[in-house]
Amino acid sequence: MFELYVVMAFMIIAAIVAVFLRGLLSSVISVGAVGMGLCVMFLLLKAPDLAITQLVVEILCLIILIRATIGRGVSRATRPSSAWVIASFSIFALVFLFAAYAAFKEMPVFGAPIMRVADFYIQNALSQVKAANIVTAIILDFRGYDTLGEATVLFTSVIGVLAIMRTIGRKKPNERDESDC
Amino acid sequence: MKGMSLIVKRITRYTVGLILLFGIYIVLHGHITPGGGFAGGVIIALSFIHLMLAFGREEADKSIKENIISFGEPVGGLMFLSIALIGLAGGVFFFNFFASKGEPFSILSAGIIPLCNIAIALKVASGLFGVFVVLSLFRLSGDKKTDEIKK
Amino acid sequence: MILFLMDIVLFLIGLYAVVAHRNLIKKVIGFGIIEYAVNLFFVLAGYKTGADAPIFEKNIPGMIFVDPLPQALVLTSIVIGLGVTALMVALCIRIYQHYGTFDVNRIKDLKG
Repeated sequence: MFELYVVMAFMIIAAIVAVFLRGLLSSVISVGAVGMGLCVMFLLLKAPDLAITQLVVEILCLIILIRATIGRGVSRATRPSSAWVIASFSIFALVFLFAAYAAFKEMPVFGAPIMRVADFYIQNALSQVKAANIVTAIILDFRGYDTLGEATVLFTSVIGVLAIMRTIGRKKPNERDESDC
Repeated sequence: MKGMSLIVKRITRYTVGLILLFGIYIVLHGHITPGGGFAGGVIIALSFIHLMLAFGREEADKSIKENIISFGEPVGGLMFLSIALIGLAGGVFFFNFFASKGEPFSILSAGIIPLCNIAIALKVASGLFGVFVVLSLFRLSGDKKTDEIKK
Repeated sequence: MILFLMDIVLFLIGLYAVVAHRNLIKKVIGFGIIEYAVNLFFVLAGYKTGADAPIFEKNIPGMIFVDPLPQALVLTSIVIGLGVTALMVALCIRIYQHYGTFDVNRIKDLKG
């Protein structure tokens, strides 16, 4: 279990670098490092489906963020907010960590989950669905209704992007009314 | 958006087919090996994006039709929904009506799951590729290069 | 337990970026880090020591698997996270086109 801590520490350091650097390009690349660390983490936690998906999604996310930020003329972030915000946030972080510690004492220990629902899926995946990959059997057979809803969410977000970015049918800036400013 | 250098274009010509093939492999083997519709769909979208980044918009438009986006997204969604609705004939939503046929650990197994994987892959691939095209090729009105492209 | 708390630290770093930074792209990055932390927490909660990945092998009966249910929930959540990030980036680009800046305070001062 030692390697889990190493990768986790790498992810935390990369996240700190991403948040506190002022150059936007290096910040975006550091987020990519966090995502790759997450991919390795999934692989160590015995979730190969998630590792593949996280890897390719991270690459696409990086491309979208870089093409959206760089070339827009803004390459450096402004200084973060005042010391008052930082102080109050650190107090909140301490309280939150303490509450999380109190909550995690009630959870099952790491490495011994309660698999009350999952036992049913594991016993029936090969006999009823005849799919070797249990994760696919869950998302497309036992819980297909959830997947339909999540496909709808994806569809909505894609339609939202197309509606926000469309140029046809939108008024030009100089002929825009005062009402919609 | 112009294309990249000659080396990039030449290597893209060799690799883009392999990436597309790998995506299709991931989709079709989603029920026996790790992968599935979501991961395979993103890989297919990445192969198109690879083509578009390397060759630039004008060259890529010749091999990728614009209406592939508006075709794939609703067709994938409707295919997924109709598979779910056909299951109503068996009594429940998402009834796995082919599950009695086919051997486990072979490609033709697991009933509706490969069909659902293909539907989800179509939907994810076309949707994310459309998002990339819209986001990266959009130009601000103040950008200098906008007028050159219009001419 | 320590891994859970480290995951909460990752979550808090993302939350700090959302709360304290004034740049919109930094806020998007913070949302991305929060999303990673939540996804990782689900998978951490389902890990079983010494178990295998939830995929059946041929001719090996009686395998012990990690919990497949959190993995199935997270798998769709990763792709949806990409869609949400793209939506936020689109909004940021439109805001930049309208106001000429990514800074929240200056956007507030300009008032259209």
